Amino acid sequence: MRIVLAKPGLDGHDRGVKVVAMALRDAGAEVIYLGLRQSAAQIVAAARAEDADVIGISVLSGAHLALSRQIRDAQRAAGVADIPLVVGGTIPPQDARALAGLGVQGVFPVGTPIADVVRDVLALSPGGTT
Amino acid sequence: MITTDSGIPVEPWYEPPDGPGPGLGRPGEPPFTRGPYRSMYRERLWTMRQYAGFGSAEDTNARYRYLLEQGQTALSVAFDLPTQLGYDSTHELAGREVGRVGVAIDTAEDMAAVFDGLPLEELSVNFTINATAPVMLAFYLVAAERQGAAPARLAGTLQNDILKEFLARKLYVFPPEPSLRLAGDVVEYCARELPRFNPISVTGYHAREAGCDAVTEIGLTMASAIAYAEHFTARGLAFDSFAPRLSFHFSSQLDLFEEAAKVRAARRLWYEIATGRFGATTAESGRLRFFSGCSGATLTAQQPLNNIVRSTLQCLAAVLGGAQSIHVMGYDEALEIPTEESVRLALRTQQIIAYESGVTRTADPLAGSYFVESLTTELHDRALAVVQRVDEAGGYVHLLEQGVPQRWIAESAYAAELAVQSGDQVKVGVNRFTGGDEAPPPGLFTVDEAAAGRQQARLAARLAARDGAAARQALAGLRDTVTAGRNTMPAFLAAARAGCTVGEICDVLRAEFGEYTEPPPW
Repeated sequence: MRIVLAKPGLDGHDRGVKVVAMALRDAGAEVIYLGLRQSAAQIVAAARAEDADVIGISVLSGAHLALSRQIRDAQRAAGVADIPLVVGGTIPPQDARALAGLGVQGVFPVGTPIADVVRDVLALSPGGTT
Repeated sequence: MITTDSGIPVEPWYEPPDGPGPGLGRPGEPPFTRGPYRSMYRERLWTMRQYAGFGSAEDTNARYRYLLEQGQTALSVAFDLPTQLGYDSTHELAGREVGRVGVAIDTAEDMAAVFDGLPLEELSVNFTINATAPVMLAFYLVAAERQGAAPARLAGTLQNDILKEFLARKLYVFPPEPSLRLAGDVVEYCARELPRFNPISVTGYHAREAGCDAVTEIGLTMASAIAYAEHFTARGLAFDSFAPRLSFHFSSQLDLFEEAAKVRAARRLWYEIATGRFGATTAESGRLRFFSGCSGATLTAQQPLNNIVRSTLQCLAAVLGGAQSIHVMGYDEALEIPTEESVRLALRTQQIIAYESGVTRTADPLAGSYFVESLTTELHDRALAVVQRVDEAGGYVHLLEQGVPQRWIAESAYAAELAVQSGDQVKVGVNRFTGGDEAPPPGLFTVDEAAAGRQQARLAARLAARDGAAARQALAGLRDTVTAGRNTMPAFLAAARAGCTVGEICDVLRAEFGEYTEPPPW
């Protein structure tokens, strides 16, 4: 499977996204990490160009709801709303439901075991495995 | 007379009958392994400095008043991401980040409102600001000016450590060379105008939080301090003119003895570097003073009350290591901005250690422990090896531009995560002893969703009210100063007084310096 990972918005905390990238890589996934301060348009364009199976974003500033909404909107505008979006970061419990309402298919708050992240992301790929 | 609880007299410090050995000295004496001051906490406790800021200037002002009422002894300003990256609250990239992880500051007026009613001549203020540090310093000086405070009496610390932004914290804007120039402008200006102000805080904290170990933390901090000192001396500043005001910032994590030994090792190493490498002629130039930030990365979202105990150990490690100021994390910070209740508890943690535990009675109480002295020497030697590795690879700035130390940190973070996953690293409530209440703590901080809109409206009103011609003139003056290579601080001050915004000022810098993009991690 192929996953595009990115840090949207202005937040610079990239420890988590890099750990997730390495764990997915070691699980056999192809990971394309776009880096910091990526706009919704940039992320969606990369996911399209790379024919990604999953888009993953990491937000530790608390702006996860607004940023997820922007990316879902950009996905719809680009005709790739079917690519699952997953979100990790400092996400209070009540926001997990709101994210699901936006169409986010995986929410990984701080404290999620890394093995769970890998399992759930791989399960989102078309064949369910790498 | 100072005694233990049983009435046993306690000496200011202890040492072997034949005097301190080499590399140790007495507290307050070179190489300062045992602490920067002779009497340490007997004379003056560490500064209790909780990092705080959110929403608008008024929200943050209210939190500061609360913390001071609760016995906090200094302030530490958290800025929101747009402010840290030089965007106005109305910029399209600012969006929902306005006032989120810190206070939103667009103009000097906002800074004045943050400190409304707080006497700046009497308060020591820390600013966690880096890429836009000179702009925020200018705003602060204008706020102080409005209060009638004399610059020479202002005390505090500007983080102004742009190299660790490239390394770990990642809120850089401009490329390394112009960034170093701006940092140097601040250092030069402060050496002349703000004698009580620390113009830079050389920081290992964020590298550690991003995943490296204690050895790499002090090794990279020293490599960074060397890079600054080389840059500042190359532009003509005498080492002794700025070195006594250099401040440092380390993390305090859970390995109690290693954390205490780490800062003893860092003090010894910095003294050797200051004297050996830079020819310091006064002891103060090699006397390392530091702020200890307890660790957010070690805290858990699971069973968050356990974090109170973790933070207590981390604060104790910082005290045993001889910190000059300390921040203790709120127990709920893995979930949200801390509530008033949780920051009060963090402050009470510091106060209980300071006033009830007795650890402040004698300087460097762990000295002479076979274990701690051995650890101190080992940490010193291994950190020195990191410094040598950086030297041999072409210097710190060069390595940062290649992304090399960034990779060391990421690999170390991944190894740490795998150790938690395998259970080799026990995290209570996470991978062992997980029974009990899994519910989040009651009453998490709730973000005021209207704060961003209020700040945007306020900015619009201020722009409408100012003298537009004067603002344009100040920005043109800044552009000329930048291109002429003169110290930018006077031009930032002129722009601040003319009501220019952080976004306008940084647009001038972006046009002149360009913006930095980091190398890919792999």
